Amino acid sequence: MKTSARRWRVLGAALVAVVVAGAATACSSDDDPSDGSGGTYAIWDPYPQFNDDSMWVKLLEGCGTSAGVTVKRTGYDTTDLTNKALLAAQQNNSPDVLIIDNPVISTLAEAGVLTTTAETKLDTSAMEPNLLGAGQSGGKTYGVPIGANTLALYYNKKVLTAAGVDVATVVDWSSLTAALGKVKAAGKKGITFSAIGTEEGSFQFLPWFWGSGAQLTTLDSPQAVSALSLWTDWLKQGYAPNSVINNTQTTSWQEFASGDYAFSENGTWQLANAEKLGFEYGIIPIPARAGGTAPAPTGGEFVSIPVQSKTGRYATSQKLVACLTSADNLLNTDTTLSYIAPIAAVQDKQVAANPKLKVWVDAVKAAKGRTGDNLGTRYPKISEPLWTAMQAALSGAKNPQEALSAAQRTAAATR
Amino acid sequence: MANRTTLVPARRGEVPAAPPPVRPDRRRYRDGGRWAAWAFLAPVTVYLLAFYAYPLFRNVELSLRAYTVRSFVQGGAPFAGLDNYEKVLSDPTFMPALLHTVVFTFASLVFQFSIGMALAVFFHQHFPLSHTLRALFLVPWLLPLIVSASTWSWMLNSEAGVVNAGLGVLGVGPVNWLTSQTWSLISVIIANIWIGIPFNLVVLYSGLQAIPVTLDEAAALDGATGWQRFWRITFPLLRPVSAITLLLGLIYTLKVFDIIWIMTRGGPTDSSTTFATWSYRLGFGNLLPAFGPGAAVGNLLIVMALIFGLMYIRLQRRQQV
Repeated sequence: MKTSARRWRVLGAALVAVVVAGAATACSSDDDPSDGSGGTYAIWDPYPQFNDDSMWVKLLEGCGTSAGVTVKRTGYDTTDLTNKALLAAQQNNSPDVLIIDNPVISTLAEAGVLTTTAETKLDTSAMEPNLLGAGQSGGKTYGVPIGANTLALYYNKKVLTAAGVDVATVVDWSSLTAALGKVKAAGKKGITFSAIGTEEGSFQFLPWFWGSGAQLTTLDSPQAVSALSLWTDWLKQGYAPNSVINNTQTTSWQEFASGDYAFSENGTWQLANAEKLGFEYGIIPIPARAGGTAPAPTGGEFVSIPVQSKTGRYATSQKLVACLTSADNLLNTDTTLSYIAPIAAVQDKQVAANPKLKVWVDAVKAAKGRTGDNLGTRYPKISEPLWTAMQAALSGAKNPQEALSAAQRTAAATR
Repeated sequence: MANRTTLVPARRGEVPAAPPPVRPDRRRYRDGGRWAAWAFLAPVTVYLLAFYAYPLFRNVELSLRAYTVRSFVQGGAPFAGLDNYEKVLSDPTFMPALLHTVVFTFASLVFQFSIGMALAVFFHQHFPLSHTLRALFLVPWLLPLIVSASTWSWMLNSEAGVVNAGLGVLGVGPVNWLTSQTWSLISVIIANIWIGIPFNLVVLYSGLQAIPVTLDEAAALDGATGWQRFWRITFPLLRPVSAITLLLGLIYTLKVFDIIWIMTRGGPTDSSTTFATWSYRLGFGNLLPAFGPGAAVGNLLIVMALIFGLMYIRLQRRQQV
């Protein structure tokens, strides 16, 4: 009797354990951000560096307050956010507002995750067309740019002076290569960039690729080969270090910060770090092959409204996005993020406040979206063969022509 | 959460309300026992199903359907049979990735095991400071992989790495450890060996302690040399421990991802790509994820590990017979 009673009790306890476990998992869905009930709106952004005390989060909360709702903000790592957004959409659990890296827009749009600006009545008329392009696919616009960054060449004044190079003479590829030669002859190192085998590598290569006149639809054109040969020759001549093959933009910046390098291809986001360099620096736009400013790819995020089952939420989400991308707030946000504003009038204000931004505003004006030119989701299928070719040529496995012909075959096959 | 608080007393209240018969006959008693057994089994079954069987099933399903980003989110990906596997098998990355996976795994295992064994025998002799030194050897194990892999990648940097600086002092020209087709795989193998030694050391060391000292002493009295004692006594007696060390090492090494990804991203081009990094690159390394082929590569990796696991079980059974 006694043992059997204990047995039953134990059985009961085991059942309770199962039920509790089940209840606990069931409960977790109560946190559903898109529940509709209550005034909490979820915003996801790729700026995990900002904590709750930062200006960015204060701005989000302020926009929430003026729209009459509470904002629940989560910051994710950029590379993580694409997968998070796809999974959330699969679970019908998307945030109300999603701030996402611009080349991802076409992928998410393809997946049917994002609403168009026409559906949610977002105004994009003030935005610069070349920046808005990255958020457009098939004639529809899927978000509002919050700011842009792009690439340019930082240079070390001391190294260039010692090598007897006048930076004003660096206007095209041949004058740049000549300058690198002088720097090397003076015992310093030429240029550092990031040619890593990821999207980051393609991003850094594109200004040279486009600056040669090449098109992403034809990876093996003579112009494209000339761009890859330029990089490969720099490595062969010792003008660029071999480590570029494995450099991220951060490690490439660290090389430049060592003070040994004359040039570094890097982005707007390094401006704050540039002020901390132990030497005087300057910035020039990346030259095109025959002179002039090469079109660099635009970086930076878009604010978009993911598809919700409760479409009534769009009205409030629209207010949040409009607030985040209003001219006044953009000035603050882009100053915080070290970005260039997507609106010409705000760009002028930025330059007025900090004349050093002039070169960046010009670079952004010349820049273009990676997924633009109507490439959309074809871009990722072109970019991967491109960075593979880049790595093959730079590591000496293939010559630039072979590498790019192989890349073109791969890109054409997966179209 | 409200459910939890209300359910618990209700269930508890039921227990006295359903008392067992005063004199339970054997059969009913056994029935109750069976129910209790099922109830005990239920949590672990639910756990296994939810966290092991379902993900595995999903991974197999992913690899058998033609997923695009759209169908991943909206559902309705058409069944594609073995298309993804065909795509993966005919991919130019397949053969290099397979070769690198095999070379990476076996080279890592051979060196991890033999160095770990040598160190275990060495520390088994209990000399002054042996405890401290042995503890130092565990450091690679305790460091987060991102720290050790980043440190290796910094040390092996072609331009500013400390290894090339050391080679320069010796008069050897710089080696492009991480950025040349020839060296990248070797570099990640070296790093992985370094990380794997402590595990082998610890397991083999505890195996050594289970061998009675008397055997070794008796052999020594009979005039066996140290070398003979190792090969004739220690090594055969360590066989079961060695087998499990190697098997676990094999499964860990097959799926090593972080070290390679942090150090070389599997590159330059595919020169240090293994199945693990390839699977990740397909699924997550591109702006446009290819979930189907990525899952297919992952499944091939699981099959490889499974084959070796079965081989081990078979070997063990034969030894027991």
